Amino acid sequence: MQCNGKTVLLPVPRTLQEFLLEQQYDCQAVAVERNGEIVVRAEYESTQLTDVDCLEIVRFVGGG
Amino acid sequence: MQVAVNGKIKDLGKGVMPAAEELENMMMARHTPTVHQKLKQGRVAIAGLGGLGSNIAVMLARIGVGQLLLVDFDIVEPSNLNRQSYYIRHLGMPKTLALKEQLAEINPFIRVETQTIRVDAENVVKLFGGYSILCEAFDKPEVKAMLVSTALANLPHITVVAASGMAGFSSSNRITTTRPMKRLYMCGDLATAAEPGMGLLAPRVQICAGHQANMILRLLVGQAEC
Repeated sequence: MQCNGKTVLLPVPRTLQEFLLEQQYDCQAVAVERNGEIVVRAEYESTQLTDVDCLEIVRFVGGG
Repeated sequence: MQVAVNGKIKDLGKGVMPAAEELENMMMARHTPTVHQKLKQGRVAIAGLGGLGSNIAVMLARIGVGQLLLVDFDIVEPSNLNRQSYYIRHLGMPKTLALKEQLAEINPFIRVETQTIRVDAENVVKLFGGYSILCEAFDKPEVKAMLVSTALANLPHITVVAASGMAGFSSSNRITTTRPMKRLYMCGDLATAAEPGMGLLAPRVQICAGHQANMILRLLVGQAEC
């Protein structure tokens, strides 16, 4: 799978939510694009990742 | 005070607003007519009027962006004055109205609309559906993420210029503009969160606001590269 331009191995099937937690992301503070389409927060748990997926994960930190 | 307008010397009173046409001619001379027209037709929504949003609104008003929508639920507090574009006389006022008042003193010939409301996933489409450029200028990471995700997922014609990472006083040069998604530009160092011991200070916040305002300007004149 591609994630932020890098190849990531997916040894076992994972949902997007599981992958984000594993990669230490705060699921409430990211925007995620999967194969060019935005995935909204409510769909992280039901989105099953496959090894042909291409993810772009943008992390937001506080301050403005 | 004397100024040159279209090659003629004109007398302007001190502190007196020139007529709309006079100001427009001066701005056109400064910006070139093509750029001026594009900016005049520009419409930009700004979500969050803190250190980023208030300074971005002031910059966009100065360059004559024709219509601005200012959205924030909050009032001006003393702690805001360290980086946000407000004055003592605005303390206790809604940020929307305090900012609208300033913009009217900078450029009274642009349209400024305000919504004093808390943005949530339910009202994003209604608030920003009429705009093609949305500036994300919130403070809390989860609200930033909610706005960006909801707007990109539900408003296929919108481009978002967002910010992440501008606290503290580490090098200015770490703040950049990137384009991680086709319709998302990110300004900031993408890492430095505001937290105890790492406050938000005017210079770095305004550098980030400048990145956002310049990216919006570039989009308005048709430059999509960051």
